[in-house]
Amino acid sequence: MPPNINVVSLVSIGRHPQSGRARRAEQDGRAVELGLTMVGEALTVLHAGNPQNPVLRQYAGMGLPSLTVLDQASSCDAVSVLLRYLRKNPTDIVLTGVRAERGESSGMLPYLLAEQLGWPLVPKVAEIVSVQDGKADVLLALPRGQRRSVQVSLPFIATIDNAAPEARQSAFGPGSRALFSIQKGDNLADDAFMEWKISPAKPRPKRLKVVKAKTAADRMKAATAKPVGGGGKIMKQESPEEKAQAIFDLLLEEKVIR
Amino acid sequence: MMLDWLVPTLISVLLVLASIGAVRRINLWRAGQAEKVNMLAGLLAMPKRYLHDLHHVVDRDKYISRTHVVTGGGFVLAMVLVVCVHLFGVDSKILAWALLAALVMMFCGALFVYKRRINPPSRLSKGPWMRLPKSLLTFSITFFVLTLPAVGVLPEGFGGWLLTLVLSVLILMSLSEMLFGMTWGGPMKHAFAGALHLAFHRRPERFGGGRSTGLKPVDFGVGVSAKEVHGVAKPTDFKWNQLLGFDACVQCGRCEAVCPAFAAGQPLNPKKLIQDMVVGFAGGTDENYAGNPYPGIDLGHAKGEPNQIITDGLIHPDTLWSCTTCRACVEECPMMIEHVDAIVDMRRFLTLEKGETPNKGAQVLENIIATDNPNGYAPASRTHWAADQNLPVMKDVKQADVLFWVSDGAFDMRSQRILRAFVKLMKAANVDAAILGDEELDSGDVARRLGDDATFQSLAKRNLATLSTYQFNKIVTTDPHAFHCLKNEYGDFGSDALQNVEVLHHTMFLNRLVKDGLLQLEPFKGGKVTYHDPCYLGRYNGEYEAPRELLASLGIDVAEMERSKFRSRCCGGGGGAPITDIPGERRIADMRMEDVVSTGASMVAVGCQQCTAMLEGVVEPRPVVRDIAEILVGQLVEATSISVKEEVVHE
Ligand code: SF4
Ligand code: SF4
Repeated sequence: MPPNINVVSLVSIGRHPQSGRARRAEQDGRAVELGLTMVGEALTVLHAGNPQNPVLRQYAGMGLPSLTVLDQASSCDAVSVLLRYLRKNPTDIVLTGVRAERGESSGMLPYLLAEQLGWPLVPKVAEIVSVQDGKADVLLALPRGQRRSVQVSLPFIATIDNAAPEARQSAFGPGSRALFSIQKGDNLADDAFMEWKISPAKPRPKRLKVVKAKTAADRMKAATAKPVGGGGKIMKQESPEEKAQAIFDLLLEEKVIR
Repeated sequence: MMLDWLVPTLISVLLVLASIGAVRRINLWRAGQAEKVNMLAGLLAMPKRYLHDLHHVVDRDKYISRTHVVTGGGFVLAMVLVVCVHLFGVDSKILAWALLAALVMMFCGALFVYKRRINPPSRLSKGPWMRLPKSLLTFSITFFVLTLPAVGVLPEGFGGWLLTLVLSVLILMSLSEMLFGMTWGGPMKHAFAGALHLAFHRRPERFGGGRSTGLKPVDFGVGVSAKEVHGVAKPTDFKWNQLLGFDACVQCGRCEAVCPAFAAGQPLNPKKLIQDMVVGFAGGTDENYAGNPYPGIDLGHAKGEPNQIITDGLIHPDTLWSCTTCRACVEECPMMIEHVDAIVDMRRFLTLEKGETPNKGAQVLENIIATDNPNGYAPASRTHWAADQNLPVMKDVKQADVLFWVSDGAFDMRSQRILRAFVKLMKAANVDAAILGDEELDSGDVARRLGDDATFQSLAKRNLATLSTYQFNKIVTTDPHAFHCLKNEYGDFGSDALQNVEVLHHTMFLNRLVKDGLLQLEPFKGGKVTYHDPCYLGRYNGEYEAPRELLASLGIDVAEMERSKFRSRCCGGGGGAPITDIPGERRIADMRMEDVVSTGASMVAVGCQQCTAMLEGVVEPRPVVRDIAEILVGQLVEATSISVKEEVVHE
C-alpha cells in the first residue's frame, strides 16, 4: 500500500453506554486503527473541540506521535472548521465513525463534509483493501457479515462500521507523551443545537412476537430464526451436478471466488 | 621448596582476580536504577538474616539445610584460615589445627552435596552445578594435605615434586571454582551475591518474621519527566538491588517445583525467568542454562543485553502473562528473591507503554477505566444485588462500626450468594454494618496485576477519597484481593482514610463473632471437608488460622491437602491469569481440584469468590465448592421468635 497518500482520521469524544463517561468512541477508534494500518505514523488524527479533554490521550495512546486539535468550544459546530482544515491540507482519504456517541449523533457530519467538498462518501466501510493509481478498493459492511466490494477514486470520505477491525489497546505512556498541535478553531456557535433540550431516551416498546410453538425446540427456532429474505431457491430434485453448479454460480455472483 | 611460594602466589592471584570480578559484577548491578537502601544497617543485619530468615526457608528441606550449614560454614571458616595460614604464613599450630577441623567439616558436608547430586531431582540445575561437589571435595582434601606439615604431622617438603605438582593443579582447580567462580559467574556466585542481597534487600521488612507483599507503586508524580518510560523495558530499568537479587539465585528450583503455571505446562518457569534476568543484565544467551526450560519453549534462543528490550528476544511476553502472582515461588525461595515484583514490573511496560495486554486484557482495562468494574456493567447497578438486603448505605448513615467492602462480586450471581450469606451472618450477630453502595469502585487489584498501575492508582485514590468521608472502625471484605489492596497497597497514597481502621477478611471477622458467642451454630454433619487457602489471604496476608478455626467451630476436622497453608497451590484465578488466558497443557484449577479429590473430601471450603469461580469451573462430578460464609449460614441456628419480638420492640 502506498504510504504517500494523506489519510486523516476524525475523532470525537465518545460516551460509554453504561456509565455515560467520556471515552474513546468505538467507531472513531476503528477509524484511527484503519488509518494506522494504512499509513502508520503518517496518519493525521484530527479533533475539533477542547484540546484539554483527557479522552484525546486515549486516542494518542494507540501510538500516535501527535494529534491535531482545532481548538473550539464544545457548543460550536465542527463542520465548518473541519472543512477549512481539509481544504487547506492536502487530503486523500478521510476516515471517521458512522455517528458520534454524544451530541446530536445524527451521523450527518461526514455527509455534510462530502457535500461541501464535492467528494464521494463511502458509508459503513469494513476494510480498505488497497489504494492504487488514485483508486481505492473498499469493502462495505452489509448485515450478517456480508461484504460489498466497491471501487472509489480519491479523495473520498469513509465512515467506519463496527465490522472494521477493533481499535488497538490504548497505552498510558505514549498517550501521555503525545504532542498536540493546537490550531484555532471557530467561534461559530451552533445556535440550533443550543436551543435543543436533551433528555434520556425512552426505550421503544418492543413489538410482541406471538409464537405458536408447542415444543421448546420450536420456541428456540422461532427465537433464533433469521428474517427470511426473498432470494434463493430450494433445490431438492436436481442432480448433484446441478446443485454444485448453483452453489458455484452463487459464489461467483457474490465474488467469493473470481 | 616450591609450594612455599606457589601456594601463596596462587591464592593471591585468585583473590585479586576474584576482586576484579567482584568489582565488575557490582558494576553490572549498579547499572540498575537507584534505590535507597540503608547499607550499613543492612550489612550489620546480614548475618542474622542469613542465620535466621534464610536458614528458616532452607530448613524446609532438612537434608540440604544441614548440608549447607556444614559445607558453607566449613568453607567460610577454612577460607579465612587458609588466608591466615597459607597466604600470610601465620605460624600457629592452633590456627592450623582449626583449619584442619574446618576442612574436615566442609569435606563431610561436601559428601552430602555429592550424594544429592548422584540422582538429582529434576528441579535442580545441572551443568556447572554438577561439578560443584567435586570442587568442594577437592578444595577440602587439597588444603587438608597442604596443611598437614603446618601441624607437624607430615614433614615439610613431603612427597617431592610430584605431589607438589599434583597439589598445585588441585589448588588451582578448586580455588578457581571457589574464589574466581564466585565473582565471575560460577555456581559459587550465589554466596557472594546472596550475602549482599540479604544485606540490601528491597523489602527488609520481610526479615525477622515480617511480611511485605504489596507491590511498589509506579511513580507518575511530579518530578518524573514526561519522557520517562513506565515499567521495566530493559534489564537496567530494574532497581540495582533487584538485579543483585537475581544474581543470588542458587538454581535450587524450589520455585519451579511449586509454580502452578509451570505444572500446568504454561510457558513459565520462575527459576528460568530469574536466570534470564541474569542473562539480560550480564549479556549473553541462555545456552549455558542447565535446568528445565519454559514448558514448550526450547533453550538456546534467548539473547539478552543490559540495554535491550527484554521482550525482544530474551523473554516471550506469554511467559510474563502466565503468572498468577500466587507468590508460591517467593515463599519458597531460600534466597528471598522477588519473582512477582519482577514479573509485574515487566508487565507494566507491556501494558503502560506498548498496550499489549493479551486476550481479554485490553477490554477489561478499558471497562475498568470507563465503568470502574472489569465487565463494563452500569456503575449504577452495583448495589442491585442488595435490593432485598436492607443494608444501610454510608451515604445515608455516614458512620457504622463495620464497613462491608462488597467488591466486584456484586455483579456476579455466584458471588452474590457469598455476599448474601455474609450479610445474613452479620445480621444474626447484630453487627452495625453499612456498605458504600454505588460509591464503591473496583479495588484496582486486576488492573494492577495486569500492569496498569495508572488505573490502579486512580481507583485507589478515588476509593480512599470516598472512604475518608465516613466513620468506621473496621472494613471487612469477602474478597481476599480487595483485602490485600486495602490492607497492604492503599497505604502508599498519602491518605489517612484507613488510619486506625482495622482491615479484615470476612473469615477473620466471623471468627471473632463466633469466639464472642454472637453466632449460634450447629455442628456440620456433612461429609469430609477440606480447605483451600486463597493465595491473597494466605501467603499475601499470613491468615491460615481464622478459616480453620471457623470450620473447627462447626466440628469440622479439616482433611488437609498435601499442599496447604503457605504451600497452598493457586486456583489459577489470580494476577489476571483468567483474563490473559495463556494456553498450557492443563488447567491450574483442574490440578487444584485433583488435590481436593485426593483428600477424599466431598466439599472444599474456600474464602474467596475468585477461587469459588475457578474451582466450580472444573467439570463435574467433583466435590462441591462452598465459601466458608455459605457453610456457616447453613449451620446458623435462626433467632427464636422471642428475640425477633425484641427486635421489633427495639425498633
Ligand atoms: S529463584 Fe530462588 S527458589 Fe528459584 S531457583 Fe533461584 S534460589 Fe531457588
Ligand atoms: S507467582 Fe506463582 S505463578 Fe507466578 S511464577 Fe511464582 S509460583 Fe509461578
